[in-house]
Amino acid sequence: MEAPNYIKVEPPEGYSSPGLFATTFDKVVGLARKNSIWPLPFATSCCGIEFMATMGAHYDLGRFGAERLSFSPRQADLLMVMGTIAKKMAQVVQQVYVQMAEPRWVIAVGACAASGGIFDTYSVLQGIDRIVPVDVYVPGCPPRPEQIIDGFMKVQELVGKESLRRRYSKEYKDLLESYGIK
Amino acid sequence: MDMDNSFITGKLKTRFTESILSIEENSDMLTIVVAREVIHEVIRFLKENETLGFTFLTTLCGIHYPDQELQLGVIYHLHHFSDNTRIRVKTFLPLENPVIATVTDLFSAANWMERETYDFYGIIFKGHPNLKRILNVEYLDYFPMRKEYPLEDPTREDKDDRFFGR
Repeated sequence: MEAPNYIKVEPPEGYSSPGLFATTFDKVVGLARKNSIWPLPFATSCCGIEFMATMGAHYDLGRFGAERLSFSPRQADLLMVMGTIAKKMAQVVQQVYVQMAEPRWVIAVGACAASGGIFDTYSVLQGIDRIVPVDVYVPGCPPRPEQIIDGFMKVQELVGKESLRRRYSKEYKDLLESYGIK
Repeated sequence: MDMDNSFITGKLKTRFTESILSIEENSDMLTIVVAREVIHEVIRFLKENETLGFTFLTTLCGIHYPDQELQLGVIYHLHHFSDNTRIRVKTFLPLENPVIATVTDLFSAANWMERETYDFYGIIFKGHPNLKRILNVEYLDYFPMRKEYPLEDPTREDKDDRFFGR
């Protein structure tokens, strides 16, 4: 029989012997989380179109366990902001972020979400990190699907390594406090 | 009905003698500048006079000419359906007292257009039923299309002016 043509997720570090595998809880949870991220796409412009390609059959974000988009923030793990965020939209982005349950991650896709991009103007928010904390920035105008996947894999890396207690830390609480998020 | 520009100007001149400040023709389209005190009357006359009948307010917008004595302007475009004629009516206001009569009682379509003009230029339309910002964020504390304010977001940090020709 031929070897199956897919890559299995590598087991975390641990001790194994026949019929036994011991590792830390952190690592198992991290492994499960990073391979089943439910993204919430917040697509407002051309980066959103690139994201649609990323979700499509050719690039297939489903390979990374992100098959299931969550259009409800309540069940989402990863907020993907793709496109220009006008100042009037900023409150909406923040509200969506607040509605997401912990643990939650944010990825800013494209120049506009990261810094306002070419829209250096009074009506456009100059980067979503002014209203919500951002974990990964993907550069590009718009970025190619490969770049979005690369950014997604960076998020996976963060998710896999995150300590279960980080969200209770003072630093994390202070960070949210600095954004006015409770 | 055969309506040419001289017919319209004749009608207006007999009705509003001194209040018409200038009449021009650009690409066959009339441009009439009137004093702000009569703007409501002029629009009403153009709409309701049985020989005129401009029953469609195509657009209403603001403008800011910082070099003029009367810096702020309001521009009305009116359309005559059966004649396919368009005219432009302008009026100018001082920056210190940008108040003008609303035309929402004549054209319901003016409601949002006047709100937009207020939003961007701070022109106050007296008698408007709901004069508040329509496109910009509510907490914006200036009128962004006025020339004294920069277009750019003043809080941006990552742009080095040397690379942007500023």
